[in-house]
Parts: sequence; C-alpha cells; structure tokens
Amino acid sequence: MANVNLNPNDGNNPFARTPQEIKRKRIELGAQFTFLMMTMALVIPMLWIMWDLAYRASDVLSYTYMVIGVGCVGLLIPYFLIEAAKRNEHKRKLFMGLAIAILAGISIWIVCITVFNMDNGGFDFLTLNPKKRMTAGGVWAPLIGTFLLVLLSLVISAPIGILAGVYLSEFANDNWFTRIINLAVVNLAGVPSIVHGLFGVGAFVYFMDMGRSLLAASSTVAVMTLPVIITSTKEALTSVPQSFRAACWNMGATKWQTIRTLVLPNSINGILTGVILQVARAAGETAPILFTGALYYKKIADTGFDSFVPYGLEDRFMALSYHLFTVATQVQDVPESFQFGTAVVLIGMVLMVNSISIGFRIYLRARKRW
Amino acid sequence: MAVDLMESKTLKPDVETLVTEPQAQEVSITTRDLSLWYGDFQALEDVTLNIRKGIITSLIGPSGCGKTTLLRCFNRINERYGNVTTTGEIRILDKNILDPDVSTRQLRKSVGMVFQRPNPLPISIYDNVLFGSNIHAAHKGISRSARDQIVEEALREVDLWDAVKNRLKQRATWLTLEQQQKLCIARLLPLKPEIILMDEPCSALDAEGTEKIENLIERLREDFTIVVVTHNMAQARRASDECVFMLLGEIIEHRPTTDLFMTPENEKTEMYIQGRYG
Repeated sequence: MANVNLNPNDGNNPFARTPQEIKRKRIELGAQFTFLMMTMALVIPMLWIMWDLAYRASDVLSYTYMVIGVGCVGLLIPYFLIEAAKRNEHKRKLFMGLAIAILAGISIWIVCITVFNMDNGGFDFLTLNPKKRMTAGGVWAPLIGTFLLVLLSLVISAPIGILAGVYLSEFANDNWFTRIINLAVVNLAGVPSIVHGLFGVGAFVYFMDMGRSLLAASSTVAVMTLPVIITSTKEALTSVPQSFRAACWNMGATKWQTIRTLVLPNSINGILTGVILQVARAAGETAPILFTGALYYKKIADTGFDSFVPYGLEDRFMALSYHLFTVATQVQDVPESFQFGTAVVLIGMVLMVNSISIGFRIYLRARKRW
Repeated sequence: MAVDLMESKTLKPDVETLVTEPQAQEVSITTRDLSLWYGDFQALEDVTLNIRKGIITSLIGPSGCGKTTLLRCFNRINERYGNVTTTGEIRILDKNILDPDVSTRQLRKSVGMVFQRPNPLPISIYDNVLFGSNIHAAHKGISRSARDQIVEEALREVDLWDAVKNRLKQRATWLTLEQQQKLCIARLLPLKPEIILMDEPCSALDAEGTEKIENLIERLREDFTIVVVTHNMAQARRASDECVFMLLGEIIEHRPTTDLFMTPENEKTEMYIQGRYG
C-alpha cells in the first residue's frame, strides 16, 4: 500500500496547520465574500431605488415623511422608556413621566402643524382626488380604491384559503385526489397574473354576470392569492409539533377540538404571514384588475362619508397600481413628483401593512415556546 | 395465585393453557389473540395477556419488539398512525374495545397515556389540567370554583401543587421536564381514568426526576391500573409488580417482576435480562 503522509509536519507541534488547511481556509473566505457580495447585489440596488423614489416624490410627500418619521421616533422612544420603567423600580416614575411627556409633546406638535400648515401642502397628495387630468390634486380616489380592493379580496380569499388549508393538511387522506389538488395548488401559485385576469373576465365578469366591477376585480384577485394562502396555511399547520396532537388525541379530543384548541392558535403566526404577503401582492397587481374593473378615472366625492366608501360592489373603481401606470405613461404634463409620489404611496401602503403584521407576529411569538 | 396461569411461556401461542380464564385477582385488560399489522408488517403476533388491576405492569424487550405498539392498542391510538389492521380482542371493563360500537373518545377518557417526551400543551398550567374536562364537558358547564378544585386536587395528587400554585396562569412549557411530566400525569386525573399507560415516562429525565416520577407511579397504583413501557431493565425491576417480556411482537414471559428477574423460565428472557442482547 502506498504510504500516504497525512501529517506533513515535522516540527514539535503535532496539531500545526497544514498547508492544505490554510489553502482551504482561504478558499472558504473567498466564498464567504462572494456570498456577501451577492446579498449586497440585492440590498444595495433596492435601498438605492427606495431612496431615489422617496427623494423624487418629496415635493408632494415631504410633510408626510416628516410626520411619519417623527411619529415613529415619537412612539419608539416612549416604548423603550416604558420597557425601562418596567425593569427599573427606582426610576419608574421618572421614565413613565418622560414617556408621557414625549407622547403628549409629539401629539400637540402634529395637531399644531396640521392646523397652522394647512395651505402649505400638508397631506394634500394623500387626501385630494386627482384633478385637471391628473396634473393636480392627489391620489385619494385610487388609494381608497386599492384599499377596498385588498380588503374585499381578503374577505373572500382568507376564509376559503385558510379552511381549505386546514382541510388539506388535517383531514384529507393521502390519495391520488388529494395529491392532484396539492399539485394544482402549487402550480396555480405560479400562473402569471394576466392569465388570472383573463380568467376573471371569463368567470366573473361574463359567466357570473358581475360586469366590470369592484366585486369582479376583488374575486379575481382573491383567486390569484388563494394558492399562496392555502400553501402557507398548510405549512403553518404542519409545523405544529405532532406530540401536541398526540397529547390531545390521547385525552379523547376529536380532530376538530384538537385543531380549534391547539393547532390553529399555535399556527396563527404562519397563517397570518401568508395572508399578509398576499396583501402586498393584491395591492400591487395591475393585470388582474385591468380587464375586470379598474378604471382610468372616476370622479368621486371630495369630502364626507362618500369619500371613504366611494365605490359600491357594482361600481368600477380607481386603483393605485393602475393609476401609477396612467400618470406615468398615459397622461401628459404630469409633474414628476406625482408619478413618484404614487409609487411611494403604493409601496408605503404595503410596507405599513407588513410592519403591522411583523409587530403582531412578534407579539404572538413572545407568548409561545415549545 | 393467579400467577400460575401466566406460566404460559407463550412461545407457542396456540398452546391450550393460554386460553384459560383469569381467576381470583381482578383483571383490568385482557387481550385474546391480538395481532396487528402496519401495512404488510406484522408488529404483534397473537398476543394473549391478562393485566391485573391495581398493580404496575411493565413491558420490557429490545427495540422494535412491539411494546409501544401493544401499549397503543389499549386506547386505540394506533389508528391515528396510518395504515393499521388489528385482529383479535382487547377487553377493558369487560367490553371488547375493538367492537364497532366503541367510541374512541370515551375509551381514551378512561385509558390515559403519558409519553416519553413530556408534552404539556402550550397553554397555561391551569388550562392544561382542565383540558380533558373541557373537551369532555357537555357545555362549558363547570363552575369556576369547581374548576379551581379540580386543578388543585389533580396537582396535589402528583405533588406539583406547592411548586406551581402561585403561577397557575403561566405557560406549562416553562416548567422543568420533571414538572412537565408530572403535569402530563395530572391532566389525566380529572377524567377519572381506569388505566394509565406510560410510554417510557422517565427516559427524558435525569436520575432525580426519574426517582420522583417512579415514586409517583408507585403511589398512583392504588387507584389506577398502570402499564409502563420501559427500555430500562433496572427500572422495570425497581418499579413494577409484574413484568412482561416481549420479543418480535410476541410475549415471551409474563410473571411477577421478582420471579422474572430471579428465575427466568425462558432462555431468551434470561439472555435478555443478563444483557447478552437487546
């Protein structure tokens, strides 16, 4: 047998680094650096795009930025102060006082600046309807349209998706029928949204005779978001440890009792994640609503209750994503800040929903441990 | 002594002596020619066994010999684990629990199970103890004071009350493993079970925890029939009254623990308890 020398060190240290080891280490460092660069290749352009968007939209949104920025700081500092107060017995009163003072100060500041600064622009871009062929006013009509669209589509898709996920994961037997359904669900998630849009035209607009309307568009978006909600629900349910279920069964709990008292409360986290991811998608998609209900321009009430619920189920509506397309390509003489402002509002809306969900999940996770 | 009828070495299950009726001492679980298949694999072969009331019976044997499977037959939880076929007869409270008119829900109420890994539910200690009562209550018809009493009694019974009485609303998953296992036993008690099945109840615990749980089992024996599966021969020896040795899905020997360990009748038993295999 060939005498392979596995320990080329002749010195006194039997555990010294071998040349191969040093070389391997260098290669690994190189690989690690490459991975870092790949991550940066995602993060840096994204931050740059966000910054650029926000900067170019600042003409119409600067006031909003300021209020949101100060608002966030104004909520975070008191939050940390209250947390500190919980831990520190002696200075509790001081911390709580400071927190209350900061909260009060910021609310007063926001009220004052809103009252005195009305004619300086303020929230106009958010609260006014588009005017003068989109070249003036704001994005209220499309903003509320997108909001209603997302809300309605979730009302349709969340219950169906969650219950279907529960059935597929907890009740369905593993046979060819279930497997086909599972396969279909996975593949449906990858169908292009324009195809969903055409399906919506065929199924909801014409076959179910809804016409082009908010209801038809919401149903289309709901169908589009269903697969992901089902998949994430299934995954969330599967992640609940089997031993908990075993404990329940062994006390004679029925399947539904097990699911209701144990599985659902412990998987609500993952289910919510799936649902909320779909909020972002529902808000952003243009193709499915293009043919099923979105409108180029619709005049709605400027004030009062009607401005909050401007579209009935049967009405066509304006939506942010479609509005963005309009102001960016279809209308002339739109100020640049309007185009970018619309994009920022759309992103901001999605981010806001996401951050609420993240906060909610942190709250839920803090209560759970197994 | 009823022990005599256990003499059946059970190597040949079709031997006549096997079918003798139990005498004198009350029997809690009786199986007749119980066979069980997971798909095509036969996990239990003609198991015929009488488990007596009010004592601790331990099931020992090497891995894969069907101890846990047999245990799981007694509350039919096996059916939840996929494609299982069972033939034969298991009589508990003089009713064949494999009959179609048996409600598994009611069965599992009287035959509770404790697991290898303590598995308290991720809810409060209080709710853990009440879980069984809640799922079996017709309506939410238990008054608050009654609930408090149920919880206190169950926790006192397992020696956990003093340790947790001030934090009943805390999550059960924050307890130590030993306390969790006690809680798992405690939550069976409000259902007033006949039989408590334990699947290696101490294997996740340290020596001290094991001792406490063993003492607890010892104490509970007065009120319940207890069947313990264990991997640990020393434990079977210490903490059980009768011992069943199983091998490849068959019962090799079933006798009082001291007899089985001192004078094993079957060669295979002898080899196993001497640690020559398994």
